[in-house]
Amino acid sequence: MNISFSNALGIHEQALELRTKRAEVLANNIANADTPGFKARDIDFYALLKQEKQGLAAGDSLEMARTNGKHLPVSQDLLASDQLLYRTPSQPSIDGNTVDSQTEKAEFMKNTLQYQSSFQFLSSRFKSLTNAIKGE
Amino acid sequence: MSLSQIFDIAGSGMSAQSIRLNTTASNIANAETASSSTGDVYRARKPVFAAVQQDVLRQAMGADFMQETPESTGVAVKGIVESDAPLEMRYQPDHPQANEQGYVFYPNVNVVEEMADMMSASRSFQTNVEIMDAAKTMMQRLLTLGQ
Repeated sequence: MNISFSNALGIHEQALELRTKRAEVLANNIANADTPGFKARDIDFYALLKQEKQGLAAGDSLEMARTNGKHLPVSQDLLASDQLLYRTPSQPSIDGNTVDSQTEKAEFMKNTLQYQSSFQFLSSRFKSLTNAIKGE
Repeated sequence: MSLSQIFDIAGSGMSAQSIRLNTTASNIANAETASSSTGDVYRARKPVFAAVQQDVLRQAMGADFMQETPESTGVAVKGIVESDAPLEMRYQPDHPQANEQGYVFYPNVNVVEEMADMMSASRSFQTNVEIMDAAKTMMQRLLTLGQ
């Protein structure tokens, strides 16, 4: 029997990373709430997680094959720029800015809570691993 | 870890809003600064905000082989522009700074607009502080992983 970290930790590791990334995107929206012409952006969390999950289930992530030793490894970014979507504005302002401070703040707080729950899950996985190692 | 980037983003937002608050303070303080000629009179100042593009940052760090990302990180003040709205001309022959025709020029500062701007800037600043606080909590929690 072997203990694999990726099996033990499951999807929560990726979820936590995505939540962190999303927090960054939302923070950027809020910082640019008064910038003319700025378009609010967001991540489709479930679509990305689903994609990641399928990669895990298939046993390989979406890494590019390196057929030659001289090939540079492509950094495996969990979030490529084309996965960053634009938010549909509910009330766009006249200067072309589509940031709705209330929506962004609500999303940010929601994301923080979801981050905490992902964290809790991950933390408990680590706890059970420690228990298994100690054998108490 | 990209959580630490939130500190930079919220920090840039806070500094941009404080510059906006600064120009507002300057505008309100100088709202009644009279002058005898149109050239010397104080004009309302406004900051120009622009999103900071990440690829510019990445290039500066020398990692230009990284994939190009059009996402932005934070906000920057591009500059401060003076308003070219018409100046206020008042007929005050007794004023020590009146010109030959008896007119005094007052700045084109709209105090009501400045007050609204001040409220907007302080609220935005507050929001950025809260974002930073939330990021701090998230980071602190992360440090307790596995405990």
